[in-house]
Formats: sequence, C-alpha cells, structure tokens
Amino acid sequence: MAGSRPLVEMTGISVAFGPVQALEGVDLRLYPGEVHALMGENGAGKSTLIKALTGVHPVDAGQITVQGEPVAFSGPAAAQAAGISTVYQEVNLCPNLSVAENLLLGREPRRAGRIDWRGARRRATEVLGRLHLDLDPSSPLDAHPIAQQQLVAIARAVEVDSRVLVLDEPTSSLDASEVEELFRVVRGLRDDGVAILFVSHFIEQVYEISDRMTVLRNGSRVGEYRTAEISRVQLVSAMVGRELEVLERLDRAPAAPADETESPVLRAVGIGRKGAVEPVDLVVRPGEVVGLAGLLGSGRTELARLLFGADRADHGEIAVDGRVVRIRNPRTAIDAGIAFSSEDRKAGGVVGDLTVRDNIVLAMQASRGWMRRIPGRKQDELARRWIELLDIRPADPDALLRNLSGGNQQKVLLARWLITQPRLLILDEPTRGIDVGAKAQIQALVAEQAGQGTAVVFISAELDEVVRLSDRVLVLRDRKPVAELAGEDVDMDRVMGLIATGGEAGA
Amino acid sequence: MRELLRKPIWPLAALLLLNLAVTPSFFAVHVQDGRLYGSLVDILHNGAPLAITALGMTLVIATRGIDLSVGAVVSIAGAVTCTWIASSPDPASPGAAIAGIGLALGLAVALGAWNGFLVARLGIQPIIATLVLMTAGRGLAQLITDGQIVTVNNATYSGISGSALLTVPVTVLVAAAVYALVALVTRRTALGTLVEAVGINPEASRLAGVRSRTIVWTVYVFAALCAAVAGLMISANVHAADANNAGLWLELDAILAVVIGGTSLAGGRYSIAGTLLGALTIQTLTTTIYSVGIPPEVSLVFKAVVVILVFLAQAPKVRALLARGRRPAGPQPPPPAAPVPGGPVTDVPVEKTGSSR
Repeated sequence: MAGSRPLVEMTGISVAFGPVQALEGVDLRLYPGEVHALMGENGAGKSTLIKALTGVHPVDAGQITVQGEPVAFSGPAAAQAAGISTVYQEVNLCPNLSVAENLLLGREPRRAGRIDWRGARRRATEVLGRLHLDLDPSSPLDAHPIAQQQLVAIARAVEVDSRVLVLDEPTSSLDASEVEELFRVVRGLRDDGVAILFVSHFIEQVYEISDRMTVLRNGSRVGEYRTAEISRVQLVSAMVGRELEVLERLDRAPAAPADETESPVLRAVGIGRKGAVEPVDLVVRPGEVVGLAGLLGSGRTELARLLFGADRADHGEIAVDGRVVRIRNPRTAIDAGIAFSSEDRKAGGVVGDLTVRDNIVLAMQASRGWMRRIPGRKQDELARRWIELLDIRPADPDALLRNLSGGNQQKVLLARWLITQPRLLILDEPTRGIDVGAKAQIQALVAEQAGQGTAVVFISAELDEVVRLSDRVLVLRDRKPVAELAGEDVDMDRVMGLIATGGEAGA
Repeated sequence: MRELLRKPIWPLAALLLLNLAVTPSFFAVHVQDGRLYGSLVDILHNGAPLAITALGMTLVIATRGIDLSVGAVVSIAGAVTCTWIASSPDPASPGAAIAGIGLALGLAVALGAWNGFLVARLGIQPIIATLVLMTAGRGLAQLITDGQIVTVNNATYSGISGSALLTVPVTVLVAAAVYALVALVTRRTALGTLVEAVGINPEASRLAGVRSRTIVWTVYVFAALCAAVAGLMISANVHAADANNAGLWLELDAILAVVIGGTSLAGGRYSIAGTLLGALTIQTLTTTIYSVGIPPEVSLVFKAVVVILVFLAQAPKVRALLARGRRPAGPQPPPPAAPVPGGPVTDVPVEKTGSSR
C-alpha cells in the first residue's frame, strides 16, 4: 500500500509561542492508504503539529507539501479546500440539527438560491452509505449516542472528498464495541486511499489500527517507525525518553493489607440515588486503595459523586472516622475530610483563567472562607512545593491553568486536594487523556498517598490500572454493585468476568 | 496603577483634549467658598453615581451575572429617603435625614437579597431575575412617592451632594472611598479570587467547596447597595425624589462602563480600575456633549458614534487590520471588519445621567 510518494510531507516544521518553542524541526510524512499514528506525551507537540498541518497555527520555519506542491494554509478552510479534514476530540457538531444538516452544514446543495433539501438528504444518504453507517439522515443528531455522533463528524469530514483525514483522540469517550465500529470506518477509508493521521493515548488501539507511527518528544521528532517493527516497550521509552523505572516501580506489591480491626475512614451503608446507582455498601480503611471497576454508566462515577455530595444521595448513611455525617453538598464532604477529583477535568475541575497558584490553593482557600485569605507568601510556598513535587510543567505558578497540557492540569487538580490533607481521596479517572509519563507519576502518587495512610477510592476505565493499584475492587454493573474482590482475588480476568457477566458465571 | 495603564485610557484623553481645544479654560480648577470648582471637578462630581453603580455591576458581571435593576434601586433610594424626610415631624432635622438614609440603605440590602435569591437560590437567569425588579422597582418608587416629585429642604441631606471636605466634594470622596474599600477587600481577602473562580467555572468552584451561592448573593446585595448610594447622591443633588426619571437607564451606562473597562460580559476576570476609567469616560462624554455644544437632537447619535469607535479600536480584528495596514504591501487583505465585540451594548443609554446636572 505504501511505497508511493507521500501525500503530505512536512519538513523542518518549527512553531514557537512567544518564548516557548512548541515544535522544532519536525518532519512528518503521510502516505495514501495508510493509517499513521502520531504519538507523544502531552506537551510533546502533537496538537501543535496537527494545527500547523491544518492551518490553525502559522509555521515559523519549515515546509508543507501536498502531493509535492508547497502549500501555505491561511486557515482551516484553506486546508480543507486542499483536502485535509480534521475531526477533533470533542464532537464539534450541532446536536439539535439533523444528521443530514450536520453532514452538509455550510455546503448544502442549493437550487435557485434556496437549500435543496431533497438533494441534501440524498447526498447525506450517499455519504453515510459510503461509510456503511445505518443512520436516518433526518433524525436529530442528539438522538444518537456519542460514538455515532463521532462517526457523523468523520462522515462530515470525508464528505468533501478529503485525501487526508486527521483524527484527534477520536476514541477517548468510546467503549470497546464503539471503537471497533470506528476502526471499521477508518479501515474502509484507508482502503479507499485516504491518508489518515491518528492521535490516541491508547497504545493497544494504535497497534491495532496504524501502519506507521511518528513519535514526538518535547517538540522534536524522535523517529518514524513501522508499527509492525516497534515493540510496545520501545515505543513507550521513545515517548517518555527515560527508562521505565517509574512504570516498574508501580508493579511492586500493593500496600500492606489493611488491618481489618482498624476503624474505617469511610463507611457507607446503603448509599444510593434513584436513577443513578442502587444502594451500595462501601468501607475504606486508612491506607487502603479501593477500586471501583465497571463500564461507563455502570454507576462508578455516580457512586463517587454521591460520596462527595456532588449529587445528593436519597438514601443511605455515610460515616467518616466512625462519625455519621450528612453529606448534603461538596462543602460538607470537604469539611468531613473528603476530597474528590472529577472525571470531567474541564467542567468540574479546571478554572482556566486563574493561575496555577490560585488553582492549587482554591480548595484550601474555599474551606478557610473568603475572609481568611491564605497569605501571599504561603501561597507561593505551597505552589512552588507542589509544582516541584508533582513535576508540573511549566514550573510557573503564574501561568494560567488553561495554557497547561491535560496531564499537567490534572496534576494541579491533584495538588489542589492533596494540600488539604484529606482523610479520603476520591479520584475519578485521574489518568484519562493524559500521557504515559504523567500517568505513571499520578499512579505513583496514589500509591504514595495510600502509603501515608490516606484512604483512596480509585476509578478508571483502564482495568489494569485499577487492578494494579487497588487493594480491593468493588465491581459495578448496570448501576448495581455485583461483587467485591480483595487480596489475591483482585486480578484482571476475574474483574473482567464480573463486569461482563455480573458474576453468574464468575467466581 | 500598572493595571490602569494597560486599560484604554486614550478615549478619555481624546475627549479631554477635544474639550480643551474648544474651551481653553477646561482644565482650570479654582476654589470658591471652600469647594473646588471647574469642569474636571464637575466630571468627577457628576460621574460619582455612575462610577459607584458600575463598581457594583463589575462584581456582578464577574460572577457571570448582570443586574438590570440598579436604575430602579436608584429611584427607590431617593423616593424612600425624601418621603421619609418630608413626612417626619421635623423635615429639616439631621435626624430625619439620617433615619431616611438608613432606611434606604436597609431597603437596598433587602432588594439586593431578593435579586440574589432569584439568581443564586432559584437559579433564574440573571437578566430575567433582575428584570423583575427593574420593572417593579420603579413602580414601587412611584407608590412610595404617590406619583409626585417629593421635594425636601434638609441641609444634612443636601450635604451629601453639595458639601465639601477639605475643598473636595463629598460625592467624590465617597466614590473614592468605596473604590478604595473594594480594592482593598478584594485584594486583601480571597473574595476577588473566589468571585473570579465562580465566574470562570461555577461547577469546578462548587466542587472545590467554594460557597458560590453566598458569593453570588453577596455581589447582588453589594450592587444594590452601590445603586442606593448613587440614588442618594442623585436625589440629594436636586433636593428631590423623581421616581420616574432618577437613574433612568443608569443600568445601561453602568454595564457600558464595565465593558469599556475591559471586563468581559462572559464573567471571570474583572478590573476595578478599568471600570473607574469606563465610568469617567462616559461621564466626560456626557459633559462634552454640553460643553462642545452638540445640539440635543443629535447628542445620542454622537454618543453612539464615540462608543462604537471605542469598541472598534479595542476589537482584536480591527487592531490586526490597522497593524497590517501599516506594514508595506501585505499578502492578501483580510476579510472586512469583524462584528464588534460588545456590539449589543452600543445602542446605548439614552439620557443624561439622571438629574445629576
């Protein structure tokens, strides 16, 4: 399939944002009929490279050629006109419009100055048919699950006969079967000769779908590899550029098994909420990591939110350190010593227009009340210490949080809670959408916190992570707890079996 | 101070220079009967109610809100105080004035709490929630004054607007004190940061344990209190309460002042210094209309043109256009001028600020 000339060739691309060199002399070649994975940690320059390719950012140096012709895109529209389409992580469509309208928005077929709706529906059916998508073009977009919407976004991108399709983290909110569906579409396009640039944090998916990959690190290209010729360990070390000690350190045995007689930090009895999760009992002891395992929508996030008071439980009782507390809202939970990092970093955590320092001290300041401001010097000291401790980059307390990469934002949010020295730390997907290096650091941090006696509730869509970190695992399925595993019983196969069958065939 | 320099100070400077060109003695200031007089002093004195109202509005806007009811609160404050004084046994006594003022401020707190209740507790959109009081408030003021213009003759009350301390008009001193107080409180406590946090990301703030509701409630009460102080100044200035016209459209001028000062209507980061600059710019504009002798029938158009120019000059796209125009032969001319940010507010204010002249 390859062997031909590259369809797109980027050579010596450099982009700087003020004093920050985001890309330096990066090369990228995309071949027709190939899926090319772009790999790298957060902050490695993947997004910048994509934006340089699609004309969002102008390049400071270097050349882009499409089919041998040098091009300079003035913006995404120009890139699209040259056949380069992009589908971003968040679905950028209009949920209230129909599938057909979304597919053709801004380029509807016209007749006599009016939109030719019949023609539009015909065209939509044609495009959907090309991708073998069985969707009613006249149904509203939000009638379909997010995965289907993602496919509509792809259909929209290829509607204009794109020769290059850029997929930025297309799978981050999809479950396994949805990913399969997406890959089927991607393979179809590849076989039609489209050059596909695929960005993902899921290493297994990259190995499944890609033919070739380019690895970036700190704004430079590490190398270009054929997927079949590079092992996972080689890939990860190329991405993180250091030996994998951090990752290995985590494979050590989990913290000492909790003393059964020790009084639990958290004892939740029959805690639940109608329509969210059925009554659950949960006990977490000091120094213990309890994982919540289950698919998206299994009730894992819902349970975490009830424990923190982000949503109010309509029955059940929660005791912290043996004292019954009424958790009515996040404040009462915080006062009881509970901390919660939301799965939705952007909506539920990041205060983007405030500085890293302000974000780090936010929870502590909130619990002191506005009258008792944390003195400036103390704020600086806290910010500096935690920036160093968690290796937050850039190491600038005055940087606005929105300018940091996802992994670094997550670290700031963790710092926000850790400085309040919580008794119970609830982490919902703390490693989602962040790079391998930051992920390992955060996992190490969780283990370390538990080592210091903090009780931890840990949620992740990545089962191996849950299994590796947790002393006990509560498995949820269809908004119900199905089993609790402890000690030796915590292993991947068993947890997966429980998630799949609910325990009828398992254990 | 450094913050002030980054704000658009040129519209104010340009207006002042225009005045200087037309009236060479425009900058002259002299002392008479122990009080400063001069056009610049007038701008500060007449602009004080707007500046104070806009300050309250700034904090409301920072929390993603807006308060349309401040004009109505201005009118209520005057109505309550004047009616109280007029109906007291001794309408000239300082006691009557002080009690009336206290009553007005207390009522303002209650009205602000009502707005805060609708917004923070019931979750009604601020523009709708405060529209209730904007409409009902003026009616309430007319009920209080029985539809009449209530005039009072009370030296203590007129002193709010007419007297001076160390030659500086009391209105200017009060405005300066309120600004200094707010700057101090927002900087020395965490209130400023928490207000911004709530405005930038309400859900994240709630999950971090910020008492968003209390903060939102507080800013609406503060905005109403500011409006009441402005209302007392306006009413004391004319020794009367005019329920119909006092503070009419003041809310729009206040919003405009906040926006000119660089605070985004989307909430979040705000600038107190910017708001002060914005309020002074608007008041100078109003003064200019009279001093330059612009005919009353085109004065609103003149005002609108100036406001549009200010926003155009601040629009990033227009700036880019101007910057490009200066460079020799750029590649392709960019698309024609963009819509003006803050556009909706340009079809502005109608009326000189109340009866403050």
